[in-house]
Amino acid sequence: MKLYMEAKELISDNIRDYGMYIALIVIFITFSILTDGLFMSSRNLSNLLDSAGYIAVLAVGVMLVIVIRHIDLSIGFLAGFLGAIAAILLMQVGLSVYLVIPIILILGIIAGLATGFLVAKVGIPAFVATLAGWLIYRGALLLVTERTGTIIVQDDKFNAIGNGFIPSLMQVNGLHVLTLLVGALGILFYIYGAVSNRRNKMKYSFDVVSKQLFLLQLVFVSAIIAYITWILAGYNGFSWTVIVMLIVLLVYHFFTTKTVLGRHIYAVGSNPEAAHLSGINVSKITFLVFGSMGMLSALSGILFTARLQSATTTAGTLFELDAIAAAYVGGVSAAGGVGKVTGAIIGAVVMASLTNGMNLMGVGIAPQYIIRGSVLALAVIFDVTTRKRGK
Amino acid sequence: MSEYILEMHQITKEFTGVKALSNVNFKVEKGEIHCLIGENGAGKSTLMKVLSGVYPYGKYKGDIVFNGSIQQFNKINDSVDAGIAIIYQELALFPDLAVYENIFIGNEVENRGVLDWNQTIIESQKMLDKVNLKVNPETLIKDLGVGKQQLIEIAKALSKEVKLLILDEPTAALNEDDSENLLRLLRELKSQGITCIMISHKLKEVISIADKATVLRDGETICTLDASKGEINESIIIKNMVGREINAIYPKRENKIFGDKILELTNWCAYDAQLGRQVSKDVNLHVKQGEIIGLAGLMGSGRTELALSIFGNPKSYKLQGDLKLHGKSRQFKHTSEAMKAGIAYVTEDRKGDGLFLIQDIKSNISVANMKGISSNGIINVNEEIIVGEKYRKSMGIKASSLEQVVGNLSGGNQQKVSLGKWLFVNPNLLILDEPTRGIDVGAKFEIYTVMNKLISDGMSIIMISSELGEILGMSDRVYVMAKSEIKGVLTSEEASQEKIMQLATQ
Repeated sequence: MKLYMEAKELISDNIRDYGMYIALIVIFITFSILTDGLFMSSRNLSNLLDSAGYIAVLAVGVMLVIVIRHIDLSIGFLAGFLGAIAAILLMQVGLSVYLVIPIILILGIIAGLATGFLVAKVGIPAFVATLAGWLIYRGALLLVTERTGTIIVQDDKFNAIGNGFIPSLMQVNGLHVLTLLVGALGILFYIYGAVSNRRNKMKYSFDVVSKQLFLLQLVFVSAIIAYITWILAGYNGFSWTVIVMLIVLLVYHFFTTKTVLGRHIYAVGSNPEAAHLSGINVSKITFLVFGSMGMLSALSGILFTARLQSATTTAGTLFELDAIAAAYVGGVSAAGGVGKVTGAIIGAVVMASLTNGMNLMGVGIAPQYIIRGSVLALAVIFDVTTRKRGK
Repeated sequence: MSEYILEMHQITKEFTGVKALSNVNFKVEKGEIHCLIGENGAGKSTLMKVLSGVYPYGKYKGDIVFNGSIQQFNKINDSVDAGIAIIYQELALFPDLAVYENIFIGNEVENRGVLDWNQTIIESQKMLDKVNLKVNPETLIKDLGVGKQQLIEIAKALSKEVKLLILDEPTAALNEDDSENLLRLLRELKSQGITCIMISHKLKEVISIADKATVLRDGETICTLDASKGEINESIIIKNMVGREINAIYPKRENKIFGDKILELTNWCAYDAQLGRQVSKDVNLHVKQGEIIGLAGLMGSGRTELALSIFGNPKSYKLQGDLKLHGKSRQFKHTSEAMKAGIAYVTEDRKGDGLFLIQDIKSNISVANMKGISSNGIINVNEEIIVGEKYRKSMGIKASSLEQVVGNLSGGNQQKVSLGKWLFVNPNLLILDEPTRGIDVGAKFEIYTVMNKLISDGMSIIMISSELGEILGMSDRVYVMAKSEIKGVLTSEEASQEKIMQLATQ
């Protein structure tokens, strides 16, 4: 009983952090019931995560842009344009995939730094600078694809990024062994992190939850990771897209929470004047964040092109708005200084789940837009009202 | 016995953790000029904000009786409708609009929903006549001096048929002529039956103009003095304001030893291209090791600008002249370079550009010196906690834990976090800009004690302050600024309130 009270208090105190996870679980359960379990089938879950991938990486980037109080509208068509360049380099120039990927990522970084230059050095509002980028990259995409139309990519290694799965090593009872291993590693990693974090906090007599509740948390999160791994292992295992997403998650989570530069990003976001007076180079941070945004746009373009196995003339349309919506669902604050990498990824998965679930149910495209818009509004209303309560 | 136009009963206002006002009683008679005095942070502005509806009804305890009935102001417009006008220290005029537009903003003269500019100009001329201001109503506000702008604020209040006019330090930024002019106007308004509450730090003004004066201290009413009984004179006011001897406020420093010159400015000029004016003119100044330099002057005299031009020039002024640090000429391109050279600047506006209010105490303390808690760019969380804990103890920051969000701390504790942050940078020249603004007497004493400790550890301090008591109580030498220039330098023996004010109002 005491444990229940503590759990209740913990959740209500941290409702902003947990709200998203609770929403995701509610969405999953609702769709599972409405589709007679089809939603949680191995095949569908795998498909869902793959379809979230190219938006999720954009959402991580744009989350950081919003944290430093800017916005980037150009990322959708930048992704589309760089995806087309990748297709051209592969099919028309004939470069190897191992060369194309770094080239595209570097091009993305350069494009991002150019935006950063306009915003940080010239002082153009990010909205206008990136609106210009939106037009320019859209035009550039049409320019490179207008002669050939859709460019079909026939490179198996490249296409695997969007459609392929990690090798299985061996099959045991139809289960994907490497996926199980990765999942198990993930659980161990999580438990190790949580335990050492708790030990540290206790060392400095910070507030920690009771031992029982802590164990319950560990079991709960581990069970969820194990369950998802188990479901995916029953189909083809982890896809390369999921692996890319996990790598982005880990790298950016570490970068934002454990490095000096990451801390500086949040400082600039929460008070740019104070950051400047604290010796932080605000324009350097702006360059960094837009550079990372450009790189993630390139990554998104690679994921999307590989998934479609082709570069189309309209690739990237509205990606920027989907990514911004995902970031807001994930709890980023428009006032700056607040936002989490995990939040952005979960936000992207939430939005992808809605699309996927409603498609399974055969909901028309018109109500889908309305429902997704309402969920976005609800998420931000929830965020604003819980923030007002203090904490 | 005339009647009260305003009675405030048992007003209590709390901010998270701090009582800004506790059971304050304040009564103003119809047609008088009533001064509200007290040290910075005594609660004067808070009381006026309660009265004007900035803090809506229900956010404070107690009753406001205005014109005989209990008022429940939910927003500023409610108090305006009741006939209360408040003019703040920072003028609320629109620099790019004309005088007549400013006077009637929010109270536009209209004819069936369409603005009637001709009528507006005619009406505004009448208001300008009332305040004896001879300017063309079509002049832009930015082309007028501060003194005239102040009068336009009053004209704006008069256009709303004000019964009670509140002025928050109206003469703080004015020169002597303009101040005299303003006081004359207030007397004239009084003869027309307008009641006036004036917040002021300038005792001479208070003595010359007040019918009554109420003294606040640490959020409580201390007394109300009556001029007709001869109670309004300097010694009585100061005794009530301070409530203790000056020695008890400023801790003594033993064995003063001054070393070499740490900082020396020669013919230092700074030009603000955005404002299009000189913010520092031919400044010559030096600081020795172990010295506390007081930088006195009125609001807007260029003290903060001078400090910023030394501290890496974050506002990108055009600089001229020579800055020597430890005898070597230096130029800083960024605040980080000034920090590396051993300069730290604790800002005047800790909420605006000092602290990261949404972040916790430990990240606020570590932010200016991340190198100290990281290796190869990766943060050592344990080290950060140890550092935070060290400064929490040495500064005496009162908080539930290091993970408490700084925005929820009281002003004094926030200031200690600010100080802690800069001490962690380990500077040898610390510039403190209004280090005790808006914090209570107890926390002030603690901050002064920390300053003395730092000096005895070999640091030097430049302290910018508008509180003369603080300047006199803490400084070894005092530079007085006015109109972006150094008007004089006084040793601690020479310095007195009168001498400083005389230089500051030149």
